[in-house]
Amino acid sequence: MFEFCTDPSTLDTIPWLGCYLTNGAHLLFYRSFLVVFALLALTAPTALAFGFAAAAASRSHIAPLAWLGKLYTAMVRGVPDIVFFLFFVLVLDQGIEYLRHQIVCPDWTEDIRQGANFLVCPEARTPSGNAPQWVHKTYGFALAVFTYAIVFGAFCGNVLFGAMRAVPRPQLETAEAYGMSRRQVFWRVLVPQMWVYALPGLSNIWMILIKATPLLFLLGIQDIVYWARELGGSRTSAYQYPHPDWRFWYFLGLLIFYLAFTKLSEVALARLSARLSRGQATAAGEEMRKAAI
Amino acid sequence: MTCAEAFHAYALRSLGIGERLLPRAEISLCEQVVLIGSGMIWNVYFGALALLLGFSFAVALAVAKNTPARLIRKPAEWFIFVFRGSPLFIQFFMAYEAFVMLPNLGVDFTLFGTEFTAETRWLARAWLGALLVLFCNTSAYTAEIFYGALRAVPRGDLEAADAYGLSGWKKFRRITFPTMLRLAWPGYTNEAIFLFHATALIFFSSFPAFQQRGDALYYANYFADRTFNPFVPYPIVAVYFVVLTLGIIALFGAANARLNRHLPAERRQRLRIRPQIIR
Repeated sequence: MFEFCTDPSTLDTIPWLGCYLTNGAHLLFYRSFLVVFALLALTAPTALAFGFAAAAASRSHIAPLAWLGKLYTAMVRGVPDIVFFLFFVLVLDQGIEYLRHQIVCPDWTEDIRQGANFLVCPEARTPSGNAPQWVHKTYGFALAVFTYAIVFGAFCGNVLFGAMRAVPRPQLETAEAYGMSRRQVFWRVLVPQMWVYALPGLSNIWMILIKATPLLFLLGIQDIVYWARELGGSRTSAYQYPHPDWRFWYFLGLLIFYLAFTKLSEVALARLSARLSRGQATAAGEEMRKAAI
Repeated sequence: MTCAEAFHAYALRSLGIGERLLPRAEISLCEQVVLIGSGMIWNVYFGALALLLGFSFAVALAVAKNTPARLIRKPAEWFIFVFRGSPLFIQFFMAYEAFVMLPNLGVDFTLFGTEFTAETRWLARAWLGALLVLFCNTSAYTAEIFYGALRAVPRGDLEAADAYGLSGWKKFRRITFPTMLRLAWPGYTNEAIFLFHATALIFFSSFPAFQQRGDALYYANYFADRTFNPFVPYPIVAVYFVVLTLGIIALFGAANARLNRHLPAERRQRLRIRPQIIR
């Protein structure tokens, strides 16, 4: 990157480090932090939408729909989330290929499951074998986002269901007394009021989500953990920047990154909580009202 | 291979006893159930031991965090912040790299009259290294729960204790600690459940499964890779973990009933299982 970096072996420690930390591989490493942020930015709204749908379904008067919603939100309680991560990525991958197989080549006669193999016709391969590298990467990333959204949607569903029940019953009764329909009560009274009750739970999930991002590595994405391992491994003098095993220091860097990130989120969420409590019939809202007088 | 043979060959495979080779071609359902169940031994080992050892340390940390003296409070606060604020996955990676970097030393010590040598290279093995990380991690999470409960001990109880002339250690042991434990118990139950879930991470982070002695998820992943069929091994793991979770809930529920036995029925705290704390 810098001009004096042409022959790093002649440099002192500090310029050497400067060159080392700005070489091509490190720029890729820094870019992989964007992968983490992209994952968070895409997963959070999707998971919230899944959770909202699940919570609304759990309240439904149609029994099968309510069961479905409850089953989905209950699924995360007894089983480690990492099992779901490993499971869903494979299931989604195979499911998509299977569906495309059914559509693209209907007259394929061989079995798809042959012993230990999963074979679909070549046209149904997703993404197709000759697709460029970035398609493969994007596809893998999209699968990961979807998997995260499924798992964290179930968490959100749990929280939102509880929040919907926490909205004081008289509020809903008043709305009914004004002649609102069930749908109107839901959208105009219940949903606007539930957020303040949902916020503690949702901020918890946000923290969990941040701390679940390194698991991307297990799903085969080239994320920060991948690069930290890659770059930290010892380099012999055959390389331009030889160094011993530095993985510990790289992981220390990641640890500090996550600590800073969670701390920052905590502060931001505390502010948001204060903002949402304004004018609410809760203890926090009451305190703010008294303080203002 | 019949089920009985599979059981004989793989029931203790995760400890290195039994058939050396894992099943390769023609994997039967029995083999999957037995081998994954064998892996559960490790999950229970890590979870139970970390929980047991972590309990006393967590109490100490919570009390330290609740102390006005800065010199005691700050280290406890930092410990809790570092282990709660960072992903367990990264903690495992970092601890492993740190343990690998340690020089190989042997420390001799005598226990029950026999000489033992504790070696630092054990730390790079999952059974000790991962246990140490889990111990610190669960201590931090539990300490935060206990700290919250300490703050919630009713003032009246403490004033009553003062009025009875209890102070210092006696007051803590007789009044503060039991009430804290009672208040913290539902949260602690959650923590226990998610600690057991977190044990599934161990062999997926950096700790290698020595001679393919892994935990339940390690074997499930092995089968899913071999058969390319996720619909059998992962549900098996899920069932095992649900059973384990139900066992924990039963155990902690019984303890909860005992802790609350002096209260009138309607004031007793019910256990509510909420997915709050996944690392």
